[in-house]
Amino acid sequence: MTQLQEVSVDDIKHLVSERAIQGETVLLNMGPQHPSTHGVLRLLLELDGETVVSCIPDIGFLHTGIEKNMESKTYAKAAVMTDRLDYLNTLGNNLAYSMAVEKLIELDVPDRAQSIRVILAELQRIASHLIWLGTTGLDVAAMSTFLYCFRERESILDIFELCSGQRMMTTYIRPGGIWRDVPVEFEAAVRAFIKMFPKRVDEYEALLSRNPLFLDRTFGIGAVSSEQALNFGMTGPPLRASGVKWDLRKARPYSGYEQYDFEVPTRTEGDVYARYIVRIEELRQSVKIIEQALNKMPLGPVRSSNHKFVPPPRSEIGVNMEALIHHFKLWTEGFSAPKCAVYNAVESPRGELGVYIVSDGGPKPYRIHWRTPSFDNLLALPFMAKGVLVADLVAIIGSVDIVLGDVDR
Amino acid sequence: MGVEQKLANMGAVTTTLETVVNWSRTRAMWPLLFGLACCAIEMMAAEGAHYDMSRFGMELMRPSPRQSDLMIVAGRVSRKMAPVLRRLYDQMPEPKWVIAMGDCASCGGVFNNYAVVAGVDEIVPVDIYIAGCPPRPEALIHGIMTLYDKVNHNKIKDQA
Amino acid sequence: MKPELEPTIQALTKTFNSQVNEFRGDVRVTILAESIVAAAQMLRDEFDFSLLSTMTAVDFWPEENPRFEVIYLFTSVSKILNLSVLVQVPGINPSLPTITGIFKNAVWREREVWDMFGIKFEGHPDLRRILMPADWEGHPLRKDYPLGYEEPQFTFNFEEIDLRKPYAKE
Repeated sequence: MTQLQEVSVDDIKHLVSERAIQGETVLLNMGPQHPSTHGVLRLLLELDGETVVSCIPDIGFLHTGIEKNMESKTYAKAAVMTDRLDYLNTLGNNLAYSMAVEKLIELDVPDRAQSIRVILAELQRIASHLIWLGTTGLDVAAMSTFLYCFRERESILDIFELCSGQRMMTTYIRPGGIWRDVPVEFEAAVRAFIKMFPKRVDEYEALLSRNPLFLDRTFGIGAVSSEQALNFGMTGPPLRASGVKWDLRKARPYSGYEQYDFEVPTRTEGDVYARYIVRIEELRQSVKIIEQALNKMPLGPVRSSNHKFVPPPRSEIGVNMEALIHHFKLWTEGFSAPKCAVYNAVESPRGELGVYIVSDGGPKPYRIHWRTPSFDNLLALPFMAKGVLVADLVAIIGSVDIVLGDVDR
Repeated sequence: MGVEQKLANMGAVTTTLETVVNWSRTRAMWPLLFGLACCAIEMMAAEGAHYDMSRFGMELMRPSPRQSDLMIVAGRVSRKMAPVLRRLYDQMPEPKWVIAMGDCASCGGVFNNYAVVAGVDEIVPVDIYIAGCPPRPEALIHGIMTLYDKVNHNKIKDQA
Repeated sequence: MKPELEPTIQALTKTFNSQVNEFRGDVRVTILAESIVAAAQMLRDEFDFSLLSTMTAVDFWPEENPRFEVIYLFTSVSKILNLSVLVQVPGINPSLPTITGIFKNAVWREREVWDMFGIKFEGHPDLRRILMPADWEGHPLRKDYPLGYEEPQFTFNFEEIDLRKPYAKE
């Protein structure tokens, strides 16, 4: 176990201003264990009274070594670890990984699987935005939204449990399609959800959007212009709130998104309030997408039938010799991918979630790199936090919507 | 039973000192807000209205270790976080209990590599282990009830 | 290859003498280490690749020369294009010039590559470890760094591993 690092002023002398070294400003540690940092994030604040002069983030407290660990597992078995990266967007991580592997081995996914993937990804987006709204509301002292949002989220988790048996880490979306077909009650449950949900969004807006207390705490705070946002590498709702209309579901449609009609909400101010409005609008747009996908869902298989790469269904193993051999080979040794590298990106609730897989021709990925959106969104925080009050800093961290599993991997 | 009933009618309750002390410790045990990763989300869901934890007196999670009795380690503990965990445990006043929630805190979970501490019992002594990845809120509540059982069987002479 | 990408590729091949490679629709351009700053500047200013999506490295140990390959991924928001630029770095004293003056998110990305692979970036304002503790030794994502795999306890070896495991007593 390593020793606790005592950071003296000398180590970070180049990062803080002159006044800290002279003792005029106070160096405060907003430690890894803090109710408002949304996880284990450590911030070193240089404070002049209540105003933040500079803010130095220190990350790595949740570093899990997932990238190196996935190098020692076959492609199918490594899919289990993908849920644990951005733990609020588990099905989205599965989708990003599965699509990258399918691009690498050129595997076709049947249409029914694609529309089920879209429905689940959008439900996951709604669940993630609900947690964001609940915890950010808690940070600016709106406690009832926390309880309401978690109540809605329980309905979504019931739907996930109906399909896969697990509430959060489902690994339901795998290379080749999805694990198995959705049960008959799925459609009724999703329709019941999308019938009651828009009214709930109206409730949240009625609580917060025109509330003078909320506006005081969020309007005009932490503004970022569009060039600065692009230069920082921000993607997702913070970029769209700054005026750049960049959404991977529209720009590079994947998994059948081109057939659905939806809008991409954009604002121009780039402050905390704009990011709030963008995410609330995204909740409504997700409901629209789910409804269209449910209406258009075709019948058919849900997994690719190319059994060189995709395990055959269990029912065939008892009767078919090739199915048994394929099953054995795929679960012990795994399939071999061609020797090159691919990059594939999807739109997660936080931004561009990309997977870069380098393969050396074997059954295990040689190097897998996750382009996680919260990493780049977080590094704009010192820029946004110059000259604000500590209370505003808490609102800004909430609006960027970081998940430390994403930042530290 | 006669004497106790007569006393109860008069408004007096008889019991041992141990029972009263243990009962009062369980009835308002304040957890430390120590959610690290995915299990923290299930802990927050257990706090929500569906699986209410405030019926155990735990609706308020204290952010300060000096004010809490129970540390629910929810999530994977990385090598960088381990000294911080130990420091927080040391800052909690006696009596204190630790629940290792989830597979990563109990034994390292899915991860078996250089960055994750395999089991938080390498750093702090653990009273209850809860399995699951992540454990359902009902599993967390079952773990808390088991902890109550354990506390209710505490003897005062063991702590002197 | 998309037709909008053609002028960019031609300019890069002419100015920097690079090799172009395409696989499954992704275009990769390999250039030399000295020219990465000029290439990044050109891509951002002339061809509007305004977003540095990601930056990472791959370790090809035990091949010594080149051992590392650093990958920069540029995205153009206005033209909806992706371009990977690869730079090969030798294994002994690996170092590259920094592009933090051009893209601000390179500050943390280069720190991560230093932390995980040990590739130094000259001119970086703040090159310290970012994901591992500050006093950690070694660079974890290199291929000669062990995974840190711990032997699972089955019933036949339960006691002997139990004796070795450090348990906290108090």
